[in-house]
Amino acid sequence: MGVYINADTKVIVQGITGETALFHTKQMLEYGTKIVAGVTPGKGGQTVEGVPVFNTVQDAVDATGANVSVIYVPAPFAADAIIEAVDAELDLTICITEHIPVLDMVKVKRYMEGKKTRLVGPNCPGVITADECKIGIMPGYIHTKGHVGVVSRSGTLTYEAVHQLSQAGIGQTTAVGIGGDPVNGTNFIDVLSEFNNDPETYAVVMIGEIGGTAEEEAAAWVKANMTKPVVGFIGGQTAPPGKRMGHAGAIISGGKGTASEKIKAMNEAGIEVAPTPSVIGETLIKVIKEKGLYDKCKTH
Amino acid sequence: MNIHEYQGKEILRKYGVNVPKGSVAFSPEEAVKVAKELGSSVTVVKAQIHAGGRGKAGGVKIAKNLDEVRTYAKELLGKILVTHQTGPEGKEVKRLYIEEGSDIKKEYYLSLVLDRATSRVVLMGSEEGGMDIEEVAEKTPEKIFKEVIDPVTGLVPFQARRMAFNMNIPSKLVNKAAKLMVGLYDAFIDKDASIVEINPLVVTGNDEVVALDAKFNFDANALYRHKDIVELRDYDEEDPKEIEASKYDLSYISLDGNIGCMVNGAGLAMATMDTISYYGGQPANFLDVGGGATTEKVTEAFKIILSDKNVKGIFVNIFGGIMKCDIIAEGVIAAAKQIGLNVPLVVRLEGTNVNLGKELLNASGLNIVAADSMADGAQKIVELVG
Repeated sequence: MGVYINADTKVIVQGITGETALFHTKQMLEYGTKIVAGVTPGKGGQTVEGVPVFNTVQDAVDATGANVSVIYVPAPFAADAIIEAVDAELDLTICITEHIPVLDMVKVKRYMEGKKTRLVGPNCPGVITADECKIGIMPGYIHTKGHVGVVSRSGTLTYEAVHQLSQAGIGQTTAVGIGGDPVNGTNFIDVLSEFNNDPETYAVVMIGEIGGTAEEEAAAWVKANMTKPVVGFIGGQTAPPGKRMGHAGAIISGGKGTASEKIKAMNEAGIEVAPTPSVIGETLIKVIKEKGLYDKCKTH
Repeated sequence: MNIHEYQGKEILRKYGVNVPKGSVAFSPEEAVKVAKELGSSVTVVKAQIHAGGRGKAGGVKIAKNLDEVRTYAKELLGKILVTHQTGPEGKEVKRLYIEEGSDIKKEYYLSLVLDRATSRVVLMGSEEGGMDIEEVAEKTPEKIFKEVIDPVTGLVPFQARRMAFNMNIPSKLVNKAAKLMVGLYDAFIDKDASIVEINPLVVTGNDEVVALDAKFNFDANALYRHKDIVELRDYDEEDPKEIEASKYDLSYISLDGNIGCMVNGAGLAMATMDTISYYGGQPANFLDVGGGATTEKVTEAFKIILSDKNVKGIFVNIFGGIMKCDIIAEGVIAAAKQIGLNVPLVVRLEGTNVNLGKELLNASGLNIVAADSMADGAQKIVELVG
């Protein structure tokens, strides 16, 4: 089943006629994702990759009953696309687009207050529930179905962790990329709480990076609420202060947001933090063995 | 993107924020000319570099006459200023800001920043002006006040007044201070700033509230809609390799070590630096080639790494998701052949088309060490660089 998305999820691709969106629509369809509609204003009535295109998200929802969208719209128009998805009262919208101006996201977040829709991202690889539904840009073949949840601010580090788990015979429920921007829709705590309530998920991998205090807040939440083991990794231990490390949100400013503070907070919450990304899988296996969960998590 | 103080003050003037009269100068002659026009009894000669702490480093001089303006201008232009923000190598002063002196009665601190926890813009103020706000936050956190701003209403005047009262600005000047804050907020929003810092904000002997310094930082993702701001970019203030990388939309940051890194994805790129350090090496750079890199982009990335004279070895670490391993391999081979590769190269490829990528590298005749994992690759390059 997994969290957020599953085999029953019906997906709209916003900006479907763009080059990147088309490429990934093909990949998602091959994976088995139920893509029921695309949206590109002015191209309603066309069909691409066998998917009907609509002029608005609302039209697409009315015609297909879709409940989730994924956004590949270019950055200058992405905030508009998110608001359109929220206005159409989708359950979930996943924004892949990177480089959205942060003040656009401040407005989007304000607009979303009190609304029904959840936003994952922006600037994220998407969400995948193994063997059921892949929404985003991650390579599908590295994921295997199982019992470990993954949540991460980084795309490629998620792939790294998932790959290690799959290679070691540990399948996953859902991998959620929450994105590398300073203002995003879904945070660590949202996802951890979903995993905590998901009967299929037995353990969680949480991958953070420098900048902000989301990891510290998540660690405090884990300490107070989490009933399942969590292991982690923090990227940017050697990053110089004051420099934006690729992600808009990955910056140590005014001495705040360092990797060491985050690792300390996580350790204090009982989260074992892998010293290098190469041993995220090993670290998880060690912890689930200690907790007697290894046999339940070993899927292949 | 950062700009100079004088450019920041130009922006503030347009938003009705009170700043002292002044103008930029590139030579001692220009400095004297500006000072003459200002005609003030005291003139301030301020070094313009993109770093804080200029005052303490001797980059701000008070001149009492035109001769002193000339002397200080000569002294500062071409000088390497080392502040706590420039790093030990410092920054060369190429521009000066010549400003009328202010009769300072008291200094305050004021800034606007994006607060990640609330996803809102926050106004921060303190009566402890003229010093590092981090220091104030540590020693007397109760003296820092915050106003969280709703993007729908913007900074509401009552919030600005409340801030001014909290900062202990004299009652009769609170409305002037509040007007300045609202102007500051409007400038922040209109120009897509990510930080505006006025340190110090001052109250003067003739009861004016004046922004004596102006530090702006702009959201790089919003520059596409601010051509006027892009024009203010000072290439002298940036690392030439970072400028070159930005032309190809590569995310590159120069570091002090000797192991060049080429990685896809920001998180993996940071983690690669961490792993190199973990095994005792020192990364020469952060480089994310991105998800949709072409052979050409990879070639340029490789050239930029090799243009760094400190680089004694290169580690290419790719987890191909969307990025195909054969594209990376082609780029590496093309670049190595174009410029000649005379340092050790370790390549770790994983993911989409990995076998095709490895075959290309093997067939290239280049001296490439293959690695099985990120840890394996990091250990190998650290050993080879020695």
